[in-house]
Amino acid sequence: MSAPADSVSPGSARAARYFIYGALLVFALVYLTPLYVMLTTSLKSLDEIRGGDMMALPVAPSLDAWFRAWGEACIGVTCGGIKGYFWNSLKMVVPAVAISTLLGALNGYVLTKWRFPGHKIVFGMMLFACFIPFQAVLIPMARVLGILGMSNSTAGLVLVHVIYGLGFTTLFFRNYYEAFPDELIKSAMIDGAGFFRIFWRILLPSSGPIIVVTVIYQFTNIWNDFLFGVSFASGEGAPMTVALNNLVSSSTGVKEYNVDMAAAVIAALPTLFVYIVAGRYFVRGLMAGAVKG
Amino acid sequence: MAFLEIRNLVRKAGAVEILKGINIDLEKGGFLVLVGPSGCGKSTLLNAIAGLQQPTSGEIIINGQVVNDLHPAKRDIAMVFQSYALYPNMTVEENIGFALEMRGMPKTERAEAIRGVAKTLQIEHLLTRRPAQLSGGQRQRVAMGRALVRKPQVFLFDEPLSNLDAKLRVEVRAEIKRLHQTTHATIVYVTHDQIEAMTLATKIVVMKEGIIQQVGSPSDIYNRPANTFVADFMGSPAMNMLPGHIDGGMVHLTGGTRLPLPGTVSAAPAQGTEVLLGIRPEAVTDRSLADPSAKHLIDIEAPVELTEPTGSDMFLILRHGGEALTARVRAEVAVEAGQMISVALNLDKAVLFEKGTGQRIA
Repeated sequence: MSAPADSVSPGSARAARYFIYGALLVFALVYLTPLYVMLTTSLKSLDEIRGGDMMALPVAPSLDAWFRAWGEACIGVTCGGIKGYFWNSLKMVVPAVAISTLLGALNGYVLTKWRFPGHKIVFGMMLFACFIPFQAVLIPMARVLGILGMSNSTAGLVLVHVIYGLGFTTLFFRNYYEAFPDELIKSAMIDGAGFFRIFWRILLPSSGPIIVVTVIYQFTNIWNDFLFGVSFASGEGAPMTVALNNLVSSSTGVKEYNVDMAAAVIAALPTLFVYIVAGRYFVRGLMAGAVKG
Repeated sequence: MAFLEIRNLVRKAGAVEILKGINIDLEKGGFLVLVGPSGCGKSTLLNAIAGLQQPTSGEIIINGQVVNDLHPAKRDIAMVFQSYALYPNMTVEENIGFALEMRGMPKTERAEAIRGVAKTLQIEHLLTRRPAQLSGGQRQRVAMGRALVRKPQVFLFDEPLSNLDAKLRVEVRAEIKRLHQTTHATIVYVTHDQIEAMTLATKIVVMKEGIIQQVGSPSDIYNRPANTFVADFMGSPAMNMLPGHIDGGMVHLTGGTRLPLPGTVSAAPAQGTEVLLGIRPEAVTDRSLADPSAKHLIDIEAPVELTEPTGSDMFLILRHGGEALTARVRAEVAVEAGQMISVALNLDKAVLFEKGTGQRIA
């Protein structure tokens, strides 16, 4: 910079600051508007919605639509609300995230601390898995699930998500463990710890940030996945995202916008929850290993 | 029989030989320092003793037992790493006790052992802290405690002081020496710092490019270096090397000066042999500082190129026969660059090397 710092007057510095904060505020509002519309609409009655003003606050806020979405709304031919599908998604996402994270950590551990001839090729191929589009694996995957007798089951979906997620989780953990000092592993070996003992006692307890990153990433992806859900599960076994689609796009009777909105917000809540609980570790984890020391 | 024996140890990485047939004996309670420039294979050798890298051929014998195929944990060794390698997720107490826990020692016994070691190293007040909350010196102590608590047959140190600042390094160095004197432990210690090697060792191994250059006591290595590499590597400032040849049983330096044979040479080399006269800066002094009992003190005159006062004394870079010659004189000697000075060469302390091979002539 050629201009010395003291050439900027306090007045213009303040103006610049106002401008920056103003711009940030505008963008924040733009991003938050849809959420605002969803929340307010879900609290309105159908009559009020038909009345017109999308941006208006609800006159008589009520949680009726939320209860209907949860327990009574019709999805396809059954009218039991989305709660069953919500649990489907949860039963899918928890094991899928846990297994893929653990396997990713184990992969990262082996690829950095127990190197074998050809480890680079193996890692390269795992990386390649990150670039394969979902659509490309649909038919082979369906065939595999069929052979394993796991089609149309939550277990099958878990398997699909674990396989698809492994490339990413391995990448995360490998890069994190790359910066983890080898001397610690050697020291533990001399101390008498074996392969798994080193993993459980030394490596995993030091992996907090990267576990958080991986969990957030995997949870968001798997929870929000629609394509695998709609392809490999149907009817009562479908995950939340598929049910939401069926609810919103069902064409019989009156279109209940407030119920649709409530269901959509419910569908988004778990990922929101994960971000709020673990989010502060997220950036820390992403940056970890980027700078030495 | 030696306590630690290394027999014809070779390690290859691909086509490159990192260790080219290493033979070392170390008696029980000895302090062996492996020293050499980076890439000389000293760390590889230490890792091979620890069992962290497998040798390509050769044997490692600890207390009469060949340990080549033993897992590191079964060799009854302990290692202190350069980075200390403290487990970041464990407290100091858990760090020190980890090896004992892995051995399945009961908790009460373990706590007692940890307390004993903590007391020796004066780190009792740190036991509940984590490594991140410790200073460099404290981490270094914990790392030593982790090794001590196991009461191993051999201690291995991999450049343990290189992450400390200069003052702390001197303190910890003295502490390691004291520890060795009180525990009579057998120690193998890797460093690239020749002062550490000189002060700590009972036996020094100087290595270069995977080959042992010389094995000997610190005074052997310093006063009778086997070749020009050892002479140059050990000692700071480095030993002066003055080229010349043998003429009539005298050393005829390139500058024209004729000197008698150094006291370390028993028989005169053949007439005309090209030689290097090695003489340490402290053997090139002003008359008043010279060793009065020396048999051969030869005065020479040379111009001063540079003065380097260190406080305790002064180094002078002289020019003699086209070669730089470092002298160590009293700090009080009043001399400036450009002046002539008369210095005495103590030939009792000088050594002679054959120019072509670099080997010392005995």
